[in-house]
Amino acid sequence: MNAALAFEGVHFGYPGRPLFAGLDLAIHPGERVAVLGPNGSGKTTLVRLACGFLRPERGEVRLEGTPVGRLPGRARARLIGTVPQESSLAFDFRVREVVALGRTPYLGWFGLERAADREAIQQAMEAAGVAELAERRFFSLSGGERQRVVLARVLAQQPRVLLLDEPTAHLDLAYRLRLYELVVRLNQERGLTVVVVTHDLDLAARHCERVALLRDGKLYADGPTAEVLTPRNVGEVYGVEARIATDPATGRPWVVPLRPR
Amino acid sequence: MSRRARALAAIGGLVAGLGASVWLALGVGAAPPSWRELLGLLGSEEASAARTILFGVRLPRIALAALVGGALSAAGVVFQAVLRNPLADPYVLGVSGGAALGAVGLAVLSRSAAFASPVGGPASAFAGAMLSVLLLVAARVRGRTQPVALLLVGVILNAFFSALILFLLTAGDPAVYQHALHYLVGVIRPLEWGLLAAVGVVVVAGIAALLTLTQRLNVLALGEEAASQLGLDVERTVWLAITLASLVTAGAVAFTGLVGFVGLIAPHVVRTLVGPDHRLLLPAATLAGAAFVVLADTAARTLIAPAELPVGAITALAGAPFFLFVFLRDLRRGTAP
Repeated sequence: MNAALAFEGVHFGYPGRPLFAGLDLAIHPGERVAVLGPNGSGKTTLVRLACGFLRPERGEVRLEGTPVGRLPGRARARLIGTVPQESSLAFDFRVREVVALGRTPYLGWFGLERAADREAIQQAMEAAGVAELAERRFFSLSGGERQRVVLARVLAQQPRVLLLDEPTAHLDLAYRLRLYELVVRLNQERGLTVVVVTHDLDLAARHCERVALLRDGKLYADGPTAEVLTPRNVGEVYGVEARIATDPATGRPWVVPLRPR
Repeated sequence: MSRRARALAAIGGLVAGLGASVWLALGVGAAPPSWRELLGLLGSEEASAARTILFGVRLPRIALAALVGGALSAAGVVFQAVLRNPLADPYVLGVSGGAALGAVGLAVLSRSAAFASPVGGPASAFAGAMLSVLLLVAARVRGRTQPVALLLVGVILNAFFSALILFLLTAGDPAVYQHALHYLVGVIRPLEWGLLAAVGVVVVAGIAALLTLTQRLNVLALGEEAASQLGLDVERTVWLAITLASLVTAGAVAFTGLVGFVGLIAPHVVRTLVGPDHRLLLPAATLAGAAFVVLADTAARTLIAPAELPVGAITALAGAPFFLFVFLRDLRRGTAP
């Protein structure tokens, strides 16, 4: 079976700063994977390579077996959707209009919506909890509300692989939990493949069954969450002394950073 | 009201507004007919001086004003979408400046008021506008189009074109000076119906083509990365939009010169009324821009009749304070960019 998303011997770097030198990473359909690592380890670059915004210098990034660069934009956008770290909007659209932009890879000439589009938009708004905000202007929303609108936009895109780049940065505690619960539910009910790039080790550990740990563009460790999140691995990669506890309520690993090394 | 009903109401209202502006403009002027006589004249076949003024002078002039206003406003909407900046317009990228350089350059080099020639002036203005588009394309950095970089290249092009125009005018024949001045401010004159039809074809075809891009213009508002993530070919969309908008601008300013502020005001006002969805904004702003220039040109030919003001002076005089007012109001409400 083809991997949902695969990096095969990927080389990539920025001028004066090589990053990936032969990265291999395969994510299988229906998996929930957290990609962790310190600043500059290549997490966001990984996301940009996966959705075709950046091209590898050598090697191949494949979506369901096809090299990303060889997929037409619309076909690619139906396979993979990204919730970005920072979102921007040039004009003050209504919430529903922003969510509707997620239908771009399905629209024909003139961009007119069909019944299926309207249904997908409505469902996405309800799933992300922004249906009541539909007629509000985007600039009048709080940071957390904006982030949920962006999530709704990506859900309206109905991708098979959902990439989340630091999705909880602007969310308060309750919405962080809700976002992860929603993502887990989509994963379990619809078989959506989920890749979360984040600094929030605990939330990732609790909701993802597999962790890929990056350091300086290299895959330092990759495997089941409890096997990857060890004091040694976390200490080496983040440069801290850490203790790993087990949360008695959830039974999941729980990282307690102690001091920088 | 449903979204569709609101959109139809907005377009209907603007069509009615444009119709009213045209009607008003037909009936106002230094010479008869007044609008009381209009209905009779429109119906009759009889040759008369009033009828000649109506069909030979006023109507073509109004039609040109509407085309220029619609074109500049539509181009403004598109440049704002592409540069993701509500303060962009055909001037900012140097497209209008290129047109001016083309027209003035030809006049000075040929030592004649080539503006008056029905083909040479417009053709060189058109060539100048397209030259600035080519320069913009050539200035792309490593195949990626950054809105800020485009904006800066536009500013530099404008400064350079202004310098060249000043140089040409100072070194050239004083007789050309007056015409050049008119061109730089923007003046609408009645045009032969054949030339008018040519302008109409360029403007209408260009705007129709732009209408097919409106949903993609919405996607660009998300920024380059999110837009490309949604499957949009950002590079191609941006350049297609810029080229079409420049074509429309060039077609409009070729005969009238640089009528300012239309591309800034009309889109801004219409956006506050109907929202930023380009599928509605582009046609709505086109109609509003047409009505605005028809009214401005009516004021230009009647305020100090029988003498005339350049229409560009009216749009700038009315436009600049109004725009400042709207912008400051939006700033206070927190809805400004």
